Amino acid sequence: MIRFAALFDAIDRTTKTNEKLTSLVSYFREASPADAAWATFFLCGYKLRQLVPSKQLRIWAAEEAGIPPWLFDESYHAVGDLAETLSLIVPEGNLVGDFTLSQWVEERLIPLRAMNEVQQREEVVSIWKQSPASMRLVIMKLITGAFRVGVSKSIVTRAIAEHAGVSSDVISHRLMGSWKPSPTFFENLISKDVYDTTVSQPFPFCLAHPVDHEQGPESLGDAKDFAAEWKWDGIRGQVIRRDGQVFIWSRGEDLMENRWPEIELAAMMLPNGTVLDGEILASQGENQVLPFAMLQKRIGRKVVSKKLLKEVPVVFQAFDLLEDAGEDIRCRPFSERRERLDRLLSSFEHPHLRRTELLDGATWEEWAKTRDQSREKNAEGLMLKRWDASYEVGRVRGVWWKWKVSPFTIDAVLIYAQKGHGKRSGLYSDYTFALWEGETLVPFAKAYSGLDDSELKAVDRFIRQNTKEAFGPVRSVTPTLVMEIAFEGLQLSPRHKSGIATRFPRIVRWRHDKKPEDANTLAELFRLLPPPE
Amino acid sequence: MMNDFLTLTPQGLYCIPGDFHIDPQLPVARAVVTHAHSDHARWGCQRYLAARPCEQLLRLRMSNEAEFRFLAYDETLTVGAVQISFHPAGHILGSAQVRLEYRGQVVLITGDYKLGTDPTCDAWQPVRCHLMISESTFGLPIYRWPAQEDVFGSINQWWRESRDAGKCCLLYGYAIGKSQRLLAGLDSAIGKIYCHGAVEKGNEAYRRAGIVLPTTTYVGSVVGKHDWSGSMVVAVPSVHGTPWCKKFGHSTTAMASGWMAVRGARRRRSVDRGFVLSDHVDWPSLLSAIDACDPETVWLTHGYTASVARYLIERGRDAKILDSLGRNEGDEDAMDGVMDNESEPPIGGAELS
Repeated sequence: MIRFAALFDAIDRTTKTNEKLTSLVSYFREASPADAAWATFFLCGYKLRQLVPSKQLRIWAAEEAGIPPWLFDESYHAVGDLAETLSLIVPEGNLVGDFTLSQWVEERLIPLRAMNEVQQREEVVSIWKQSPASMRLVIMKLITGAFRVGVSKSIVTRAIAEHAGVSSDVISHRLMGSWKPSPTFFENLISKDVYDTTVSQPFPFCLAHPVDHEQGPESLGDAKDFAAEWKWDGIRGQVIRRDGQVFIWSRGEDLMENRWPEIELAAMMLPNGTVLDGEILASQGENQVLPFAMLQKRIGRKVVSKKLLKEVPVVFQAFDLLEDAGEDIRCRPFSERRERLDRLLSSFEHPHLRRTELLDGATWEEWAKTRDQSREKNAEGLMLKRWDASYEVGRVRGVWWKWKVSPFTIDAVLIYAQKGHGKRSGLYSDYTFALWEGETLVPFAKAYSGLDDSELKAVDRFIRQNTKEAFGPVRSVTPTLVMEIAFEGLQLSPRHKSGIATRFPRIVRWRHDKKPEDANTLAELFRLLPPPE
Repeated sequence: MMNDFLTLTPQGLYCIPGDFHIDPQLPVARAVVTHAHSDHARWGCQRYLAARPCEQLLRLRMSNEAEFRFLAYDETLTVGAVQISFHPAGHILGSAQVRLEYRGQVVLITGDYKLGTDPTCDAWQPVRCHLMISESTFGLPIYRWPAQEDVFGSINQWWRESRDAGKCCLLYGYAIGKSQRLLAGLDSAIGKIYCHGAVEKGNEAYRRAGIVLPTTTYVGSVVGKHDWSGSMVVAVPSVHGTPWCKKFGHSTTAMASGWMAVRGARRRRSVDRGFVLSDHVDWPSLLSAIDACDPETVWLTHGYTASVARYLIERGRDAKILDSLGRNEGDEDAMDGVMDNESEPPIGGAELS
């Protein structure tokens, strides 16, 4: 565990990718397969199912530190991270021997879940007493499930690849889907022999780069080298048909079982050895895509009722073919994959499984006109894909481009602020924005991103100096700052005070040139709503 | 109880029967000063009274035209009907708590203080009092300082490893106090130690006051091409990321401050390492200091005043928040000007020089 905590420290300490890689590689080189498997699990962002309710952890930590609960809360707001607060607040323990990472997880942490509250308390306190602060932070992060460290899955993948002497693409594929962090898993992961993928295993997704709004698509080269499709706002997914079974994966590598029964049923008609990449969309009739808000009604439902099935029908719109007749065809050019996709799906028409349409056009101007209709189509813009490109792993430049329509924007007034988390802990960085309704400012959106470090610092100072009231961690400030807020979509929402909900709100720029009275009104926001069907 | 004794004026805390200010924020006629950091010892007063060991540092910073008077620790001076004495605060060289006695009432103004050991200054001593005016910069239970030996162990290890990797170490500490404490803890067998100009000035004042520090070289005295690898450079935090640092070539950076206890603060600084080394009281020592001085009432200033006051009241000790003596948690402008100590949270990342 000391080694793993040291790895966490080493990664935390540097912002340089190469140094992170070096630390990871040397960790994997020295760790046992059992430890390496768990390390991979956590570094890839997987977490243990809740072991102990965090409310209990707060109470016990306060008791151990001899402080009242309110003081724990104040401390938490100052730190901005629960695991870190827990590890700072309880007086430091003394290391009594060390266990390996896998021993910690399997013998000390996982058993917590099955214990009753009294046993849990006793065990957690004994963990605190036996862990010095740096190690304790890591352990608490494993317990609270908020283990986030400055490495992406792709960096972890590269490190394992380097350690194993196997290509990153292979490691990345082996890390897809669900797996149990066991020694055997890790040994197979780094094995030089190509082994059969398990039937359910998806391929790593190919991701798109945004087209620079200022430069436009002309900078990409000749339009003839590209295919254009609608960029739908749905759930990216992979449909796998192998061995007589169907698996549907989300981009977040969730196996979505029983969520999309109509798609599963449709996919049963595919031949074995087929993997499709596409988008799950709420859809009605032939080609009518419904807004994302409709799809949202089905997201998160483990069991889909008949009523909902009828109300929000879904379709899988395939746009790529990754495996055809059991053959991995990702290295083939898109032109060939699309041809094979057409051949495969033209044999059957299904209301819940369709091909995405290739948009007519041969010039950027023509596509620009098509793109202007995105909002009416409930699309986010266009996807541009190179005809000659293979299906890449991750966000590789130059292969796929997303050419989104410009977002909606509105000028709003900052009225509430709260301290952020992680790198922004202790800094007022989470803001609530409001629009005018007569003489009052009505809050309508929260935005967390878009300002650079020096702007954040300036806003933080402004908030500290202009606080009107504090409600717990939230401060209300004198309405002064005006910022331009961008968002992707709008829908009516009875749950919001403003009566309207924005999708992906973020700050575009700080309008130093505007006074609060120059900000937009709520009525102006309502005017941006799409016309009722 | 203190109505005829102490009051808060726009210039700062004022002793009525003695007609003087304690750590005034603006120029006044007579200033009693706890220590030489610029948020306590302001420029432009006519007369300064401070502890004797503070002399070198105070003269370094104040105009020669001012009138100075110094008292040894524990020595008493009577001004009007008020008895003034200074008692070690353990914060930096010459730092003192001010004890004021008037008609049997004893007030202790701690200034900035710490309870841990520090070879560069006298150790804090408890002073029994009726009213204790204490700082609470780090007044939350998340702040518990690790043992000083362990911190220096880590700093020296970082230096050794960096030297072996052919890097130059840039260690940031405030020019007066922190830097000298760091120097005293560095293992000069590892390599050569260089200092930023502001730090070197502080070093000279410390040495004049009889404090033994390892041999240091002023960075600016090095001319021409120089190989800095394996060296330790102690500098002020405001140089971080400026062209000044370029000459050191392949280097690694670290900050030594109590704020480094929290990961977010450390990451915002964008230094490679953060060492938790503070010259202020942490949570446990704040509480034990208050217990040792055993005042009837505590007034809190700086930092998490509200939390500490509420906690003390719940434990049965009278406490209240004294409005910011020049700075508080919400006042960051103070920080940009006052870059020679850690009294302000490092919110907003590296400051500009």
